[in-house]
Amino acid sequence: MARYLLRQSLNILLTLLAVTFLVFALNELTPGDVARKLLGPYATQEQVDHLFREMGLDRPLLVRYAEYVGNVLRGDLGTSVIYRQPVADVLLDRLGNTLLLAAICFAVIVPLSVALGVLAGMRERSPLDRGISVFASICASIPEFAMGVFMLAIFVVWLGVLPGTSPMRATAEWPVWMQFVLPVAVVTLYDAGYLVSMIRASMVEVMRQPFVRTAVLKGMPFHRVVTRHAMRNALITPFTVILLQLNYLVSGLVVVETLFAYPGFGRMMLEAALAKDIAVVEAGALVAVTVTMLTQLLGDLGYMKLDPRIRI
Amino acid sequence: MIARAAATVALLGRSPVGCLGAAIVLFWAAMGILAPWLAPYPPNRIDPALIAYPYPTAANWLGVDQLGRDILSRLMWGARTVLTVAPAAVLGAAALGTLLGLVAGYKGGAVDSILMRVGDTLLAFPKIILYLIVIARFGASAFNIIAVVTVTQAPIIARIVRAVTLDVKNRDYVAAARMRGEPTWFVLLAEILPNARGPLVVDFFLRLGYTVIAIGVLGFLGIGLPPPDPDWGSMIKESYGTIFVWPHMTLIPALAVSSLVIGFNFLATGLREASEDG
Repeated sequence: MARYLLRQSLNILLTLLAVTFLVFALNELTPGDVARKLLGPYATQEQVDHLFREMGLDRPLLVRYAEYVGNVLRGDLGTSVIYRQPVADVLLDRLGNTLLLAAICFAVIVPLSVALGVLAGMRERSPLDRGISVFASICASIPEFAMGVFMLAIFVVWLGVLPGTSPMRATAEWPVWMQFVLPVAVVTLYDAGYLVSMIRASMVEVMRQPFVRTAVLKGMPFHRVVTRHAMRNALITPFTVILLQLNYLVSGLVVVETLFAYPGFGRMMLEAALAKDIAVVEAGALVAVTVTMLTQLLGDLGYMKLDPRIRI
Repeated sequence: MIARAAATVALLGRSPVGCLGAAIVLFWAAMGILAPWLAPYPPNRIDPALIAYPYPTAANWLGVDQLGRDILSRLMWGARTVLTVAPAAVLGAAALGTLLGLVAGYKGGAVDSILMRVGDTLLAFPKIILYLIVIARFGASAFNIIAVVTVTQAPIIARIVRAVTLDVKNRDYVAAARMRGEPTWFVLLAEILPNARGPLVVDFFLRLGYTVIAIGVLGFLGIGLPPPDPDWGSMIKESYGTIFVWPHMTLIPALAVSSLVIGFNFLATGLREASEDG
């Protein structure tokens, strides 16, 4: 156990190094752009070159990379070119907003998909199963930007009962909590569609097992068979997938954030990547990869707790 | 091979969901292939006079967009784009992933560890953020989108193929092939790979659906295929600002992209049911 944790921590560190270097090296392929972007199209080439040297961009890649890693280890993420603030400040602010949205989505998605997945999977190919499966499949097939457009057309343009943007400030018309309804609904429909299919498949598998048949044959009421015997086993396999949704919810919200003008982490990454604001992109990549690796670790540990037969 | 494909099609015919999926995909494929002949107008022709009344009329069946371009023509040409780029990207990923998975599983040892390590690192990178960084850096073009999808999806396919390879590489018929002196590439492609056909085919269509979504997302975020050529995601992005005035300009491409993904996913479901029953 201790060895496993040690090995995984090392693993995380190595991956983080690899990823930051990758982003750094990618950025290297088009040098000079940052200075030009900052100064605009009317600056002379001399001015651009001057800023280029001032920012230290003329030194070798590995030197700058080592310096960057040193700075990060001391907690200095650099300064953002587009937001003109320390990267850490922008990052924390945006990440906080995204985490709030992600947490609400997660709290809605998980119970909903477990309930629907178990209901569909307990009687394979029954009308209820067919109905839930087709609904889930359709939800998972509609891209978030399309779902967002449909919902916006219905609830904002046609009915006018919800706000179309979520800037996270109370406006004269709409309180902040109402600004969450549409983003959460869009993410939930898309993501729950996928989770329901996963949980259903696992539940179908469990319901075919001999111990379930035994429980039914010995006269146990069906709802007890499902809740006592089948559900717990059916949730082992999807457990990791459920946790991985956290990871999607942190990085994948960029579409919803763009749709509803929500000031989150994904939009920050989009703006930074388009403006070639390397300090922000690096820091964002660090955060995103750390979240991924940590959820994977959490998944392995939880897996072991759920099923004592699994040893890692 | 042909007989097997025909048998699969026959099995698919028994799944109503699979048939519906196939019909939707074939519909858009026909639209895309026949776009040069069927499209009533050139997709990029701007007619400002039409913006006065942009709604569906007898001349413009689905109306015109915010620049007065015919929406039906743009949809057809957009189908052509997405149905070229998505399959190319998924085929690339399938080829690369299959090769890596076969080699990793068959060779084992250090080769396996290194290949899987690199794959895991790529998978740890949230896809959308990787797309953002690469596309923002190298510019948006069909080739860059295909390349980035290939590289990010290959590790997942490699895992599927590697698992199958590990499972069958010690079977008697593989040993027999080796014993009679077949070269390694033959053993890999002719003896081992056919075992992965079932899961790979289902995965292929699911992945096509995801890739259509990914291309749409890139278009919607403004880093998709470069304008003015019609791309469904970009059509949504460009008209999104006017949704309060002319909702049809945004809703029609949104319906188109949703229906195509639903088609691919239904097709995959049908194929999976067919392979389970057959």
